[in-house]
Amino acid sequence: MIRGVKGSLLAAVSLAFAGCAATGTSGGGEANSAGDKPAATADKPVKFNKDPYPSTYKPYAGRVTAVRNVTIFDGEGGRIDNGTILLVNGKVERVGGPDTPIPVGDVAVFDGTGKFVTPGVIDIHSHLGDYPSPSVDAHDDGNEATSPTTPEVWTEHSVWPQDPGFSRALANGGVTSLQILPGSANLMGGRSVTLKNVPSRTVQGMKFPGAPYGLKMACGENPKRVYGAKGRMPSTRMGNFAVNRATWAKAAAYKKKMDDGKAVDRDLAMETLAGVLSGEILVHNHCYRADEMALVIDMSKEFGYKVSTFHHAVEAYKIADLLKAEGICGALWADWWGFKMEAYDSVPENVALTYKAGACTIVHSDDANQIQRLNQEAAKALKAGRRMGMQISDEQAWTWLSYNPAKALGIGDKTGSLKPGKMADVVLWNGNPFSAYTRPEKVWIDGALMFDAMDPKRRPVSDFELGQPGEGDVK
Amino acid sequence: MMRALLLSVAALAVTAPIAAQDIAITNAKLVIGDGSAPIEGGTVVVRGGKVVAAGAGVAVPAGIERVDAKGRWVTPGIVAAFSRVGLVEVDAVSGTNDRSAGRSRFSAGLDIAPALNPMGSPVAVNRAAGVTRAIVAPGSSSNLFAGQGAVVDLADDMDMVTRPRALQFVAFGEAGSAKAGGSRAATFLLFREQLLAARSYARNPAALAEWGNDAMIQRADADALVRVIDGTTPLFVRVDRAVDIVNVIKLKGEFPALKLVLVGVTEGWLVARDIAAAKVPVLVSPLTDLPSSFEQLGATQSNAGRLKAAGVDVSVGVFDDDDAHKMGYTTQYAGNLVGLARLPGASGLSWDQAFAAISSAPARAVGMDASIGSLRAGRVGDVVIWDDDPLELGSRPTMVWIDGKRQSLTTRQDRLRDRYATPQEGALPKAYDR
Repeated sequence: MIRGVKGSLLAAVSLAFAGCAATGTSGGGEANSAGDKPAATADKPVKFNKDPYPSTYKPYAGRVTAVRNVTIFDGEGGRIDNGTILLVNGKVERVGGPDTPIPVGDVAVFDGTGKFVTPGVIDIHSHLGDYPSPSVDAHDDGNEATSPTTPEVWTEHSVWPQDPGFSRALANGGVTSLQILPGSANLMGGRSVTLKNVPSRTVQGMKFPGAPYGLKMACGENPKRVYGAKGRMPSTRMGNFAVNRATWAKAAAYKKKMDDGKAVDRDLAMETLAGVLSGEILVHNHCYRADEMALVIDMSKEFGYKVSTFHHAVEAYKIADLLKAEGICGALWADWWGFKMEAYDSVPENVALTYKAGACTIVHSDDANQIQRLNQEAAKALKAGRRMGMQISDEQAWTWLSYNPAKALGIGDKTGSLKPGKMADVVLWNGNPFSAYTRPEKVWIDGALMFDAMDPKRRPVSDFELGQPGEGDVK
Repeated sequence: MMRALLLSVAALAVTAPIAAQDIAITNAKLVIGDGSAPIEGGTVVVRGGKVVAAGAGVAVPAGIERVDAKGRWVTPGIVAAFSRVGLVEVDAVSGTNDRSAGRSRFSAGLDIAPALNPMGSPVAVNRAAGVTRAIVAPGSSSNLFAGQGAVVDLADDMDMVTRPRALQFVAFGEAGSAKAGGSRAATFLLFREQLLAARSYARNPAALAEWGNDAMIQRADADALVRVIDGTTPLFVRVDRAVDIVNVIKLKGEFPALKLVLVGVTEGWLVARDIAAAKVPVLVSPLTDLPSSFEQLGATQSNAGRLKAAGVDVSVGVFDDDDAHKMGYTTQYAGNLVGLARLPGASGLSWDQAFAAISSAPARAVGMDASIGSLRAGRVGDVVIWDDDPLELGSRPTMVWIDGKRQSLTTRQDRLRDRYATPQEGALPKAYDR
């Protein structure tokens, strides 16, 4: 499938460029990267609402639920065989062994013999909603490719909640939360949004309550190709850095004015970047090559921000020690390679090598298909590591799929592991989730049963699919 | 220096190919690849590059080299059903990408054989994943017909081609419309007119010169299409929408000798009985379940299972994905169908069916099941010993033979991995570490 990809070269690359590299339509005028400006300059320091499109998400109704006799991966590396998990009022109430008490009364109790319970999968890199299905031109909403820096755009203003991909990720992938990012045509692509994977009429109805915003940045080939082709800066990697540094310098000055209580014009781009510099907004940086990641780390120190996560990072294994030292996560594929020059040095052991070096390791999708089987991608990465002689347990590998992405998104205190008091975002798998033969049987989000393979009525159908061939089918 | 070394190694490969070994693999969990169940304690005997016997109780000829599989899975090599292996090194580096020829003045006459690069790293990476043969189709041309694909082997030598001009490829549906002038009507008319022109040319080669600049096709294209019309070359047709599938099958009424193979077939389950009745084999990328376009609205992972249940000859491939680099996904996709068969309400394949769908079925689709795709006697000696269930995630070959020749399983990726097993530089920089 080709998502938002234009031009014969990119079309040939097909899915490999999905979203992450999609360039959107060319043309149009140059957008003012400074965003809107009021006609009159305010005399007083700007006071603006930092949450003008607030989450309206409310957990759906759930019963008190228990699963017994089940193997549990707790998401933080722990494992309980013959375990019990109890979900009450949308939260994880208890996790323990066979003697864990289950209350009497109206409790849904499931026998998990031969089955596995894990935290819901969290995909830190998705374009569901901003490059939705069907991938028609009218849906190309992931790259504001009219200026190399567009920190003023917010992905949530592009996300189409009726994208059928959300339900596939839920039903086949057990995905309970996900970050939607702008594409990587731009050095600074805009703000991301973190969602609960529940169907909703509005994107606000999906927004993860209290999740910080992210800023999507991109290194390397994509920005220089997109803007070089337009005959403008950047057209080289050094151009990428020059534009980034000039923009950060401007942002630092803007922030200083605000911090000093001086009057500033509202500037949506600078507001986002000031948010990064003050640590409220997390940087998610698409970057493949080891040497480039090292340069970005220095740039972040030059201007006083921190990179939360390098996304794709196919050469993370070459600098895993550096990532560990800097406390930066690597969000990685199991085995994508060769689709472009900066993806040429990919190795199937990238995930395992990064993990073994002690760096925060995440398995991500960047793809509407692979988001449906991130458990399988993690399994391949795990086996590759074991073949190399690394001892990594299944339950340790699950940290790549839930707790580590949760931490990198700033929601690790709320979800991503099965600890009492955390959101009951839980998947019951019909076998070991690292087997090709296993599928989600039930998925709970905040304790509400949102998917049940045994019940066709617990299978969400988006507006787009209603009345179409295959409506409500197994997918 | 390094370049000179590589050239000399390459020259060696041409002049002195590794000889086929006569070999008996014993004590195998043996998969024949024809849909039959695995045989515990099986033996496969390969002589002169061909399988001479495989099964239980097969006698091992005296003096032949023996390999004890120690109970591991032994299978025929995977046949990638629809791929671009050998045509691409790096997709976005155009000089290394011979997938499509959008600015060529030729179309059906294009032949991918001289574009195949056996030294490319994707060949080694896919081989190390157990893929020994591939059906390779061109991407597209400037016209409706994309050109002629080949059946190839992934051996570590200079000659990839098992059968040249093994198929002609054409896309109908939305992609075909874009090539033909903007509509499906234009696609069907252009298809018909080009075949009719080729037929006229076959009867009277001078006609082409008479047509001059008004000719629908050029000589090389006509030559290729004549072989499509008479059924010599199978016609692989990319088609997804249910009604498009029906209309493509109807073309057999007009051109009865056409050997159709349908590729994609996303909505095939809606017209499974028509496909079965026409006895047209299909190649599906089975995990397609999104309405990525309006011709794929009915997409479901149960497509393959439903088609199979309706009696369609189904092969499983990996396309609409990275079809040059990731043929290793073939076994994963087949394994998913086994899992799907266990899910209430879904349709999948049994393990035996799933393995046949990635070995003998694609061989049959391209008309070569007498020579590749299974371990039945007389087939090529493409044999893989696996470290685990080949349809499980991350299982890998431990030994691979192609045409009876033992293959290297080391890839460029392995070299990088080993260099950076510890990322820190040592006494000398990493560049000295090899």
